Amino acid sequence: MTLSVSLRHAFDGFDLDVAFEVPEGLTVLFGRSGSGKTTIINAVAGLLTPQSGRIAVGDQVLLDTARGLCRPIHRRNLGYVFQEGRLFPHLTVAQNLAYGDWFARRRQTAISKSAMIEMLGIGPLLGRRPGQLSGGEKQRVAIGRALLASPSLILADEPLAALDDARKAEILPYFERLRDEVAVPILYVSHASAEVARLATTVIALQDGKVLRQGPAAEVLGDPAVMPLGTRGVGAVLEVRVRKHHADGLTELDAAGTALFLPRLPQDVGTLIRVRIPAQDVILSRTLPQGLSALNILCGEVESIRSGDGPGAIVSLRTQAGRVLARITRRSVATLDLAPGVTCHAIVKTVAIAPEDISGQVG
Amino acid sequence: MIDWLGPEEWQAVVLSLRVSFWATLLSLPFGIFVAFALARWRFPGHALLNGLVHLPLILPPVATGYLLLLTFGTQGLVGGMLEQLGIVLAFRWTGAALAAAVMAFPLMVRSIRLSIEAVDPKLEEAAATLGASRPWVFFTITLPLILPGVIAGAILAFAKAMGEFGATITFVSNIPGQTQTLASAIYTFLQVPGGETSALRLVALSVLIAMAALLLSEAVARRVARRVGSA
Repeated sequence: MTLSVSLRHAFDGFDLDVAFEVPEGLTVLFGRSGSGKTTIINAVAGLLTPQSGRIAVGDQVLLDTARGLCRPIHRRNLGYVFQEGRLFPHLTVAQNLAYGDWFARRRQTAISKSAMIEMLGIGPLLGRRPGQLSGGEKQRVAIGRALLASPSLILADEPLAALDDARKAEILPYFERLRDEVAVPILYVSHASAEVARLATTVIALQDGKVLRQGPAAEVLGDPAVMPLGTRGVGAVLEVRVRKHHADGLTELDAAGTALFLPRLPQDVGTLIRVRIPAQDVILSRTLPQGLSALNILCGEVESIRSGDGPGAIVSLRTQAGRVLARITRRSVATLDLAPGVTCHAIVKTVAIAPEDISGQVG
Repeated sequence: MIDWLGPEEWQAVVLSLRVSFWATLLSLPFGIFVAFALARWRFPGHALLNGLVHLPLILPPVATGYLLLLTFGTQGLVGGMLEQLGIVLAFRWTGAALAAAVMAFPLMVRSIRLSIEAVDPKLEEAAATLGASRPWVFFTITLPLILPGVIAGAILAFAKAMGEFGATITFVSNIPGQTQTLASAIYTFLQVPGGETSALRLVALSVLIAMAALLLSEAVARRVARRVGSA
């Protein structure tokens, strides 16, 4: 099933005009605050009626302003995971999970209740009330509640934004399992690039109410035009396979023939994973460096150079392993005489690939 | 108890309880509806409705009673129509209940409205995304969450109804056994030489009932609040 969206909505000097398709898997609406992410997801949910547009899930039309059709929220068959969880405080966890059932003229569930409780590890919480749960537990219950409504579409509006890093790490794997195990399109709003790199199958990058770029995650996130200059967010995503665990505590990865080394990873040999390489942790060299402590060196050809108002520039390098981004100064660009077509080497310190930037298995 | 109170005093107490009970019970759905409308909806006449609801709180009770008589008396516009249906309010205990309900209504609405404003509409949105239609959202989410406010409002209204005097005596007079409530009875006893002891007994009883109502409301509200918990 596919979600197709086309919307136009103008308010407070802001024009939203987007059209895109959300295939199965996890699609991230990615952009800065004010880019229109939440407006879009709320229009899909029915919490906001856009001035004009059409929204359909498969052959189910949710909104078609041209035909004067707008299906009410409660008949849109959604599972919405909100940023703040929004559990019902007067109901127990079990009752919160069952809430969707109360109104079911509904189809069989995509996932059985017991399997879902097992997957989210919320069995011990069933008798409690939301007031007695931690932030991470609440969010797990919220995911379960949305799933048990047997939705034909799952929406998530920055579901991790209110959590600290430890809690984020607790929830992320559940979204990965959702992406890999539930055959329903997931539309996920986020502005955190590490989260996007890890979860997204498809990325729709938004800017000022327009779709800037859409496509497979690695492609969009590796496009320097998508990422604003000067932020920590810029970074390329590589898909790599675990090749070998070495005795000295390193794991060797195979990036399309090039070897990369990371501190020991938990994944089994042969597993396909994603690593995100933050642009600011990449050093460029025109010659193959000798006598350097860094283990990871990728050779490639400069594809483009983008410089902003500040002293920085983002160099996009096409390597055998995929696109790699490097954030260096404009002065270095001039000194190294970098230009599109020039061959150079990207040096990544092993430790520069932070653990939170490594995703589990790719779908 | 019956020995302790004279038959006339006893009658007044029972009548007051009956009047207050029905006044509270029957006005409660309207109170919830009006509080919801005032808290959540923006419509032309919002300020007017708000003013109308609060009017009995500010107007002299005698004026309210007189307006009730003009409207619901047998010669009145609404009273005339009701009489066709066999319902007479003026100078009956049912009229006393109406007067008490009108007088207590602002207190009830204020209490319920405050609790509705404290409910996060985002929870109601979440319920809607899970398949609940508007009425279901109200009965499964909003109503349980505002229950402490509803109970507090109801008990406040009941206590107010028990003590209502001005509007009642104007609208339904002071007929022993029919419209003589606790407050009117105290007033009557004070007008009669040697009636002070009866009046005092009723005053003591009023204090007792009022205190019991307040303690009960506290206890119930605490219980419900604990059950509802915090988000």
